[in-house]
Amino acid sequence: MGSVGAKEVPVLLSPEGLRIDGRKLDELRPIRIQVGALHNADGSAFVEWGANKVMAAVYGPREVHPRHLQQNNKAVIQCKYNMAAFAVDERKRPGLDRRSQEISKVIGEAFESVVFAEEYPRTSIDIYIEVLQANAGTRCAGLVAASMALADAGIPMVDLLPAVAVGKIAGKIALDLKKEEDNFGDADLPMALVPQSGRLVLIQMEGHMTEEELSQALELGVQGCREIYEKMKQALRERYATGPIGGSA
Amino acid sequence: MSRGHRPGHRTRGREGSPSSPFGDRTLVLPGEEIRAQGLKPGPGTYRTGGKVYASVLGLLSERPPLVQVIPLSGRYIPKPADTVIGTVTDVQGTFWLLDIGAPRWAPLHMTGTPWQVDVGETERFLRVGDAVVVQIESLEATGRIGVTMNGEGLGKLEGGTIVRISPARIPRVVGRNGSMIDTIRRLTGAEVVVGQNGRVWIGGTPEGIHRVSEVLRIIEENAQHSGLTERVESYLQSTTSTGTRGPEAPPHEHAHRDAPPRVLGAAEPDEDAVDAEDEPPEPSESGGH
Repeated sequence: MGSVGAKEVPVLLSPEGLRIDGRKLDELRPIRIQVGALHNADGSAFVEWGANKVMAAVYGPREVHPRHLQQNNKAVIQCKYNMAAFAVDERKRPGLDRRSQEISKVIGEAFESVVFAEEYPRTSIDIYIEVLQANAGTRCAGLVAASMALADAGIPMVDLLPAVAVGKIAGKIALDLKKEEDNFGDADLPMALVPQSGRLVLIQMEGHMTEEELSQALELGVQGCREIYEKMKQALRERYATGPIGGSA
Repeated sequence: MSRGHRPGHRTRGREGSPSSPFGDRTLVLPGEEIRAQGLKPGPGTYRTGGKVYASVLGLLSERPPLVQVIPLSGRYIPKPADTVIGTVTDVQGTFWLLDIGAPRWAPLHMTGTPWQVDVGETERFLRVGDAVVVQIESLEATGRIGVTMNGEGLGKLEGGTIVRISPARIPRVVGRNGSMIDTIRRLTGAEVVVGQNGRVWIGGTPEGIHRVSEVLRIIEENAQHSGLTERVESYLQSTTSTGTRGPEAPPHEHAHRDAPPRVLGAAEPDEDAVDAEDEPPEPSESGGH
């Protein structure tokens, strides 16, 4: 099962059904969320998710730059995902690449479907996601961080946006892949959920799954998202129950 | 700030709601269902599928016939007649654009000033970076914010420093019937102008500016506690005018020129206003408000 060519594949699933880091198939990596980590942004959040470290900052609603992007009936949502050169083992070539452009696009579009942009015509809501350390699942960690930053910035929206990736390792569907599992696994399926409506506003897939596996994966992902959702709400409560409050301080 | 989160363990309780410091008002998050009980969904909420949900993070408030969420964060949302502090971000032929911390820049038309401004001469009166006190005059559906500088207490700010705090905290800075702000002015001798947009201008000696910004930090951090005026009072008395031994002041956002005096005048002769730009400022008519 799950043989991947002649490459040396680490044992992704032990006979006892435990993963490389001892997790069960439906278990998330530990998540820590800090809301309001930055002072100059209108809203911000720092997310540590397994070995991922992601910072998100939200500015706006504010004047649109460049001006021609301005829309008369709603705010434009501009998202920029970036990975630091030091975020991975081998130095990542800094700057824009196809991958970060794609991720910026899909994350921005995910937020377009939950933010009430009509409330702020002719403005821009700018979302910056910086991956400081990467270990698979950075777009989901970025989405979670950005969602917390949007709430911290007081942006009106349908709901927070929890996200998680489900994958297939050693022929089994598993929640929240880490790097080795992503590299040597058979499939990867990141998704983002609107808990209030149960809608998915981001789904991508790499690799192969059967129809049956796909529906199993979606179910597991939704369950994972709901678990993350609770952590997101808890982090916001902690932030706003105590301590200083305020976007730009 | 330490988080009570231990990695490696999933949260047991569903809600994990810590007891609220907001009295009987509940903290709600975007996407949370609100029991509307026959009330109409107001600002900060939305309705779908017959249910009402919060759209922003804030405090639940039932004001029949509306149920609404009062935001706890976010940019300044302008209200008519608010007095705000802005900085000039752009100069055009007949108006200036002001950053007042709102979603949009606010145009200040040359006719909305106490000065006799000719078309194209706007830059002689206000330049990019200058700070002003203005009042919100009109709000349009397009999001355009009209402001005026005609009125008492409005005008250009000279010297001093602008400190930014959350607009939601401004009522605490002013206090009931201005009790807090009076205390601050009395015990520091500094001049303080409070904008409803969360910007506070402080003028006077560097030391006075330092003490007022320290007080603002205290207020912002302890806004949800009662007895704040007493607390500020005891802080200011324990750190008498000389020998401040309070903690480090927070970094100042905008250190406009360090020149001590300021001219806050609606009745400012225009020629002088222009000349004052580059000349050493005349001695101030000191004293607070």
